[in-house]
Amino acid sequence: MKNIVEVRSLTKTYEGGFEALKSVDLDIKQGEIIALLGPNGAGKTTIISSICGITRATSGTINIGGHDNVTAFRAARNLVGLVPQEINLEPFEKVINTVRFSRGLFGKAPNDAYLETVLKSLSLWDKKDAKVMTLSGGMKRRVLIAKALAHEPRVLFLDEPTAGVDVELRKDMWNVVAQLKEDGVTIILTTHYIEEAEAIADRIGVIASGEILLVEDKADLMARMGQKTLKVDLAEPISSIPKGLSGYDLTIEGEGLLYSYDTKTDRTGITSLLADLQKAGLKMTDLQTRQSSLEEIFVSLVADKEGAA
Amino acid sequence: MNFQAMKTIYIFEMARFFRTLTQSFISPVISTSLYFVVFGTAIGSRIESVEGVGYGAFIVPGLVMLSVMTQATSNASFGIYFPKFTGTIYELLSAPVSFFEITVGYVGAAATKAMFIGLVILATSFLFVDFTIEHPIAMIAFLTLTCLSFSLLGFIIGIWAGNFEQLQLIPLLIITPLVFLGGSFYSVTMLPPIWQTITMFNPVVYLISGFRWSFFGTADVSIGLSLFAIALFTCVCLGIIAWIFRTGWRIRQ
Repeated sequence: MKNIVEVRSLTKTYEGGFEALKSVDLDIKQGEIIALLGPNGAGKTTIISSICGITRATSGTINIGGHDNVTAFRAARNLVGLVPQEINLEPFEKVINTVRFSRGLFGKAPNDAYLETVLKSLSLWDKKDAKVMTLSGGMKRRVLIAKALAHEPRVLFLDEPTAGVDVELRKDMWNVVAQLKEDGVTIILTTHYIEEAEAIADRIGVIASGEILLVEDKADLMARMGQKTLKVDLAEPISSIPKGLSGYDLTIEGEGLLYSYDTKTDRTGITSLLADLQKAGLKMTDLQTRQSSLEEIFVSLVADKEGAA
Repeated sequence: MNFQAMKTIYIFEMARFFRTLTQSFISPVISTSLYFVVFGTAIGSRIESVEGVGYGAFIVPGLVMLSVMTQATSNASFGIYFPKFTGTIYELLSAPVSFFEITVGYVGAAATKAMFIGLVILATSFLFVDFTIEHPIAMIAFLTLTCLSFSLLGFIIGIWAGNFEQLQLIPLLIITPLVFLGGSFYSVTMLPPIWQTITMFNPVVYLISGFRWSFFGTADVSIGLSLFAIALFTCVCLGIIAWIFRTGWRIRQ
């Protein structure tokens, strides 16, 4: 698949000397949803700000749809829509006017019919004549999204779009995101909610301390990194692990036993464990396997990184 | 060139002005009327004439300039400071617009508002005193240039300001005194010689003098010098803005 955004050797050192990005390379494929995960201060927002032109990169290049974002900034920025993390809106303006403003700023001719579909998809249409300051926090966030979509961008950045947002809006928002993806829009989002990335992203990037630790297909990442556990339910509870089973990584949990194994290795040890369980005279009533979540993967990655630093 | 963006910024800023139309118009009209009552009628009745012009009429150009300069500065500085304050500046920075288009949009709107107010004050003054404008075209030209150059100055202040206090600081500490001491209410020739010399360092003197010439045909300094001063002032402001935009000073990290 073609890359729509290419970031090469991007570094950013702020005036105070803080090194927010250390030589970041990132390819974003056309039409995908990529989630950037990372702890606070990892550099997620700095990457987005650099791509969108809000901060100047200290060095490195950024290419959007084949246009350099400095030398051909008009063509590059035309493709990009940004939903910022903070709720930055003019309080005294009507919703419809702020959205019209966004569209005009990107050089697009007025098109109220299009704006109507955008506002309707975000359940904002009946608020179009309301002043921004009269809206609730969740509604304001919808206005930010509507503004970002007003000029029909091909690449949409969502910087923590669901921070402080209720369940309903989150659902609405992911519906909009799904629709955009269907229309071929590339979506880059940062989030703290790992289950969200797990639910909607095609690829996951993990950032810590200004470096990209990895960017991988979500399924591959989870398969590669995945610790699996096997839960064995026993007919009769046991109080200690029988001697014959001491070679396995087993813990007693309630009525049963938990066995952790690594799906990456050639031999998971499941077959021999089951055989040995039988030898030990334990009766099994059920077996369940469970894969570790992205959150666990994420935490272990960042912990490794911080431990090494 | 993104003309659509310039137009969009201009219209958006003008909409803010029309939304607050009452306070935008009423306050300059009232304050001008007060000046006419105090200076024109109460004090002016004791002053026969200045350079052959009745005192009431003599202060009209100065009063118009006073309002235009302060309004242009405050409108333009507020116009660009407010997006910085609310955070909506992110949109300007991520849009396919150059700083030239941003400046044209904001400064154009601020200058238009100042021009409106200047013309309203001029119209109000006809209610109080009787006078004719000798060079109407030159008058409009001077007014336009003043609106533009002080809007540029205001734009710079708005970018520089880090809070609302700083936004008020320069207009209060520098522009208002310069305008008051720039011959708004008197002819420079009425001052003692030493103060006449000092006054010549005040750029506002040249603007008010040239503007007054367009009304009455008399001036404290030559018209050529006035035009040169206003052109120089505009160029300095443009130069500073060009530098700001090249470096991203106080705007883009």
